[in-house]
Amino acid sequence: MFAFIISRILQALPVMLTVALISFAMFAYVGDPVAIMLGQDFTEAQRQALVKDLGLDQPFWVQFATFLGNAVQGEFGLSYRLSRPVADLIAERAPATLELALTAAILALLIGVPLGVYTGLYRNSWLSRFFLTFSLVGVSLPTFLIGILLILVFAVWLGVLPSFGRGDTVKLGWWSTGFLTWTGIKALVLPSITLGLFQLTLIMRLVRAEMLEVLRADYIKFARARGLPNRAVHFGHALKNTLVPVITIVGLQLGAIIAFAIVTETVFQWPGMGLLFIQSVNQADIPVMAAYLLLISALFVTINLIVDLLYYAVDPRLRIGRGQGAH
Amino acid sequence: MSGQNPLLEVRHLRVEFPTRRGTLVALDDVSFTISAGEVLGVVGESGAGKSMTGAAIIGLLEPPGRIAGGEIRLDGKRIDNLRYEDMRRIRGKDIGAIFQDPLTTLNPLYTVGRQLAETMTTHLPITPADARKRAIGWLDLVGIPAAAQRIDSYPHEFSGGMRQRVVIALALCAEPRLIVADEPTTALDVSIQAQIIALLKSLAREKGTAMMLVTHDMGVIAETADRVAVMYAGRVAEIGPVRNVVKQASHPYTVGLMGSIPPLDRRVERLAQIDGAMPRLSAIPQGCAYNPRCPKAFARCSQDRPDLLPAGATQAACWLYAEGEGAHHG
Amino acid sequence: MAATLRRFFDSDLWWSFTRSPITMLSAVVALICILGALFAPWLAPHNPFDLASLNLLDAFKPPSWTEEGERAYLLGTDDQGRDVLSAIMYGARVSLLVGLSATLFATTLGVTLGLLAGYLGGKLDALLMRICDVQLTFPSILVALLIDGVVRAALPRDVHDKIALFVVIFAIGISEWPKFARTVRGSTMVERNKEYVQAARVIGVSPPRIMLSHVLPNVMGPVLVIATLNLGLAILSEATLSFLGVGVPATQPSLGTLIRIGNDFLFSGEWWITIFPGIALIAMVLSVNLLGDWLRDALNPKLR
Repeated sequence: MFAFIISRILQALPVMLTVALISFAMFAYVGDPVAIMLGQDFTEAQRQALVKDLGLDQPFWVQFATFLGNAVQGEFGLSYRLSRPVADLIAERAPATLELALTAAILALLIGVPLGVYTGLYRNSWLSRFFLTFSLVGVSLPTFLIGILLILVFAVWLGVLPSFGRGDTVKLGWWSTGFLTWTGIKALVLPSITLGLFQLTLIMRLVRAEMLEVLRADYIKFARARGLPNRAVHFGHALKNTLVPVITIVGLQLGAIIAFAIVTETVFQWPGMGLLFIQSVNQADIPVMAAYLLLISALFVTINLIVDLLYYAVDPRLRIGRGQGAH
Repeated sequence: MSGQNPLLEVRHLRVEFPTRRGTLVALDDVSFTISAGEVLGVVGESGAGKSMTGAAIIGLLEPPGRIAGGEIRLDGKRIDNLRYEDMRRIRGKDIGAIFQDPLTTLNPLYTVGRQLAETMTTHLPITPADARKRAIGWLDLVGIPAAAQRIDSYPHEFSGGMRQRVVIALALCAEPRLIVADEPTTALDVSIQAQIIALLKSLAREKGTAMMLVTHDMGVIAETADRVAVMYAGRVAEIGPVRNVVKQASHPYTVGLMGSIPPLDRRVERLAQIDGAMPRLSAIPQGCAYNPRCPKAFARCSQDRPDLLPAGATQAACWLYAEGEGAHHG
Repeated sequence: MAATLRRFFDSDLWWSFTRSPITMLSAVVALICILGALFAPWLAPHNPFDLASLNLLDAFKPPSWTEEGERAYLLGTDDQGRDVLSAIMYGARVSLLVGLSATLFATTLGVTLGLLAGYLGGKLDALLMRICDVQLTFPSILVALLIDGVVRAALPRDVHDKIALFVVIFAIGISEWPKFARTVRGSTMVERNKEYVQAARVIGVSPPRIMLSHVLPNVMGPVLVIATLNLGLAILSEATLSFLGVGVPATQPSLGTLIRIGNDFLFSGEWWITIFPGIALIAMVLSVNLLGDWLRDALNPKLR
């Protein structure tokens, strides 16, 4: 078990390093940070001093190592646009994004997985056909359009839910949460539906496909031939076997939720990391982009690690070294 | 075999597959019986309908296939028209099934012990603890060494032959009276095939279980079966005691089939072969399905379809054995 | 030609097409979208880019069937007095152009690299698949955003505006190629070991020739399915990028740009400026996705 985790972390390292290298390359070569930081008027001496100060006269690998060292300590320099430490900016914005993503993910999972199982098991019922059609509309609707439609109906026409912002938040240490106030929860409704709907339909379709695949397997036919009740065949045997691919899908989708949060946050002016990122892209604010990229990759790598651990728990074939082995 | 009711009685069974280019008749007028404790071998080329017959009996035809006619009786009671739930209670409890590939028939995510125990607790009034005890007993019985330890192993921790032993234990553990074994040795190494057949045979004899043994391996049939049914293009061509079918086949197709098996006890210059191939289900010829390939075909063969007719010690679906016909052409 | 046509109409593909009303409907909708976009300069009632014809007095006219609507503007006008219907038709042109080009780019790149990886194997294969793995962990929209952001930062604004369309096509294409590469690689490895390929190799047919004339035709089915489904995705990606304000330049508004512009007027009640382009976008993507779904089922009968 421990060895398994270590090997997975070792496998994740090159990925993280590659991403760090890309971030750093952006940082170092795209645009001219010195010119941006100095503004309009500067002397050559000032320029030289800043170059030395920033370590830009060092060889590439030394600079990269410094960058890595800083990144590990959460030090990403100053935002070109806001002239504030990037780390502070991200720390301020992270809770909003994570709470939104979490709510959307739970929504997508709690509804998407059961719907996928249902439509897989009873694929010819009219309800399944309905869900399937609905899901196809769901994957064809761009996230931002869902948001706009929801705003139009619930905020503009009905006026029952807010269309932007997080509502009131409560500070828990450095973390600001919207879960604890009524306005905070109300503000979360439309954005989380917007963000979750696409993932919901995607998860449902993928779970259904996996379910159909597994239901064709010999061991399912054999389970039926042994006279096991449908409940045991469907939920004991079939569902458990779909878990491995479903975990993969869900892991990937969690990453997608974080990425699509950029869109949702733009539509709802949600003060999270995504909004920060898109503003940075628009203004070529490289330090923020680099930091966001690294942070997101770290998040993805963590999710992948958790996914791997879940595989390990579900699939005994991965647990080698147990029992006597094959005869 | 006469007098008492047979355990399994299949009469005029017809299985159809509706497709876009019309309905395919996969099984047509298939009739046979199996008595308690008897082993019926079912042979034929791939696509002759052997496995389909087995699937129809356990009530697990792949959709869109469906039973379109005839009946299947177990102990005199019809089982072909039962609701899913009623048939489900019969599967595993009264009719066990063994499939071809032991590598894919076991659920990879559960231990063999769990799979055995769940089968038994589904059909028998026993506690989980009892089920576990019996599961160890069954593993032992089918020849798994150190059964008490191996019960908590997962399928992937067993070899192919061992897994098929587990499958046999699973099919037998609720003590059914009939086993439908669909090519139980085809996927195994030749050296292991004999062991598995011997195991099946001895267990069936010991428990008094009847068996329908589907295979294309005549050697297995000759060794194991009491009677044998030869299938061709979804129909029974010949049925009778194994000795007679092998040694003195009546139906020209059976004769050809036996002629194509290399004998072990003598050298032959060349093996007989049957010209042509079995027709596809969409193009079964009129009359006797075998008539275009049959060396003894005559006019009637391409017009009327023969029923099973007494032919010596066996029954053959062949006009050669009709009253008056045999004299002219036999 | 006639024989080919007859074979097509006799094929299972055509049969399943005629059996599915939804598929036929989506084919019609897709065709309308494509033709409307293609012939926009001739079909559109107004030219939204002809600044001389724009009149601010015409701004914010609601759709023609409402009380204040005008017959000349079927779907109303936007803040600058542009006819919404015409803007949609021109916008769909840009959306389709970007979607098709990006898909074509991703297909070409993915199929080529997939063929190479699958046929040659070895280190190249390992490297390419590793890149695929890493890239697939990142949602494609993020990859596209990042590429667009980097290019934006690297180039002066005026230069960037000139090539923005190509940047978007490149960004979306790059973010989608691994799907193609993986599928093609898998099929190629299967095909490579088949006898006919072995035979071709033995008689000395050159590897590029084997790949193009023997392996490629056999992997085209799945590629076609992925490409169709990917077209919908690419159109969505473009719309999303444009909605975020980083996609195509404002001088060539796509459907996504129109929706973004209209979004500002949602609260003041001028819903038609954003909703109609949205409906057009949904119709286009949904019909393409339905066609892709049908194609996948039709080419893969075991799923039925």
